[in-house]
Amino acid sequence: MRTAAVVIGAGQAGLAMSWWLARRSIDHVVLERGEIANTWRTERWDALTLLTPNWQSRLPGQGYEGDDPDGFRTLGETIAFIERYAKAVSAPLRTHCPVASVGRTVDGYEVVAGQGTWHCKAVVLATGAFNIAHVPKLSEAVPPGITQLTTVQYRNPESLEAGGALVVGAAASGAQIADEIHRSGRPVTLAVGEHVRAPRMYRGRDIYWWVDATGLNDERYDEVENLNRARSLPSFQLAGYADRRNVDLNALTSLGVKLVGRLAGIRDGKAQFSGSLRNLCELADLKQNRLLNTIDEWAAEHGLSDAVDPPHRPEPTRVEASPPLGLDFGRGGIRTIVWATGFRPDYSWLDVPVLDRKGNIRHDGGVVTEAPGLYVLGLPFLRRRKSTLIDGVGDDARDLSAHLASHLGARSAGVGAAAAGA
Amino acid sequence: MATAKTDKPVNNGVNVDALFGAQEALKNAPEAAKFKWRATVEWINGTHSRSTVEGFYGLGAEQKHKSKFAFDADHPEVFAAEDRAATPVEIVLAGLASCLTAGVAAVAQARKIQLRSVSATLEAGMDIRGILGVDEDVRNGFDGIKVTYKIDADASPDDIKAIVAQSQKRSAVYDIITNPTNVTVEVA
Repeated sequence: MRTAAVVIGAGQAGLAMSWWLARRSIDHVVLERGEIANTWRTERWDALTLLTPNWQSRLPGQGYEGDDPDGFRTLGETIAFIERYAKAVSAPLRTHCPVASVGRTVDGYEVVAGQGTWHCKAVVLATGAFNIAHVPKLSEAVPPGITQLTTVQYRNPESLEAGGALVVGAAASGAQIADEIHRSGRPVTLAVGEHVRAPRMYRGRDIYWWVDATGLNDERYDEVENLNRARSLPSFQLAGYADRRNVDLNALTSLGVKLVGRLAGIRDGKAQFSGSLRNLCELADLKQNRLLNTIDEWAAEHGLSDAVDPPHRPEPTRVEASPPLGLDFGRGGIRTIVWATGFRPDYSWLDVPVLDRKGNIRHDGGVVTEAPGLYVLGLPFLRRRKSTLIDGVGDDARDLSAHLASHLGARSAGVGAAAAGA
Repeated sequence: MATAKTDKPVNNGVNVDALFGAQEALKNAPEAAKFKWRATVEWINGTHSRSTVEGFYGLGAEQKHKSKFAFDADHPEVFAAEDRAATPVEIVLAGLASCLTAGVAAVAQARKIQLRSVSATLEAGMDIRGILGVDEDVRNGFDGIKVTYKIDADASPDDIKAIVAQSQKRSAVYDIITNPTNVTVEVA
């Protein structure tokens, strides 16, 4: 089959791209390995909610129309929302059509998938950044008898054995999972590495309202000071629950969650934790205060200081004087370990040599310059700070679809010129 | 973001341009980033010994210090020794102090903050029943280390705290002390 562009993945990114391609009258197909919003449907835990408020889930051609703009969508609502969007876009969709390979041809790309082979001039990889749960190698030394789950496998606290749990990682996923497991009566020990602290509410507004209003979310990849760092930063330690509670380390400690340092090793059935917990908390507190300073400055500049609540600074993270450096899994009663240690993208089917040593795709704001016509969407800070948010993928899709359109135009012009010369 | 409070050029004696250059260069040459640090030691008498460092490996080749450096170590008289030099655990503290302080200078330079003075005191607790084998439940090493910096610089208190925090994040000796390391000791 021939088409101009193949979009791989029918989540928010692939569908937003389809909307833009349709608008630019570019013939394309969207290939999806499972159902629409497949990752949301099959690889996330039950109580997951979006971190951004409802009004902020804007996709091209679609704003929020419900009656709870400040609420947070549940997993089911998010899936339904993306399904509705797919209908509204009327994307040329092939579901249950997993891609086996993408390779280059003389004049473009060949995409081999479950329902056939497509030849095209452009390919958009919209499969996301969060495909494979990363588990550190030291997990191999975990004593037998302890259940190990990744955030992709974890569903809810009730399906865990009674007894203690060690949650490794304290970004949004780890903090949320620690919160709900501990509340279920299973005592949680949380191993804390580098994390980014943020309050759910600040000066009476949602933190994402501020991040949106101040323009921080729109900061571009070619303007940010340290792009590598910005792209590898963990997510805000936040949850989108109806009670708007914080899930920062102080909130978790108040519940009774035990904080320990980064999991540094496992030896003779014992976990070893880094002695760096205090510094990582200090770094996160200072970083949070810089964010709040930026917000305060912006509020003052825009005459908002009196319209919102007065500024405050959250209590510094409470760290006990000598946090434990070790934990005997047996004596400590740990029955489950949840690895909330990040994700890796999966490009195992990509036969175009554009990956770096760590398996990440080399790109310039989503344009894979080494392979003209190849694009990637939905990665952290792809083109903007908000690139991995549902709210952010639309702007990236607009930019990349414009580039894609000019690539198709340039190609036909190039072919024409070559023909004229021949 | 840390910002300069002065228009004068900041000079903490650290060539950060060279460091940033190395950062860029090593991104694509991970082999050159692999270093081997070496030391030798000779027993002198009693608990007195002398360690020396001179050669090391890095950037794909053997490297050499400008001269050979020696570090004597001994134990104090309360340990029934002759106290000819610092105790090895004090040398560990000195290593941590120097590593963190070098980091403070480098981070301040990168953030364009002029330092006027930097000093720190370090204190480490130890229960010597561990090394004496009196109680197997007591570890040999420190039960904690407290580092207290005094820094005079053209920056806000939070910016100064951020420099010290970043220095810990990038410190080799801090990492060596806070995380486990496999140690293999053989007799040739």
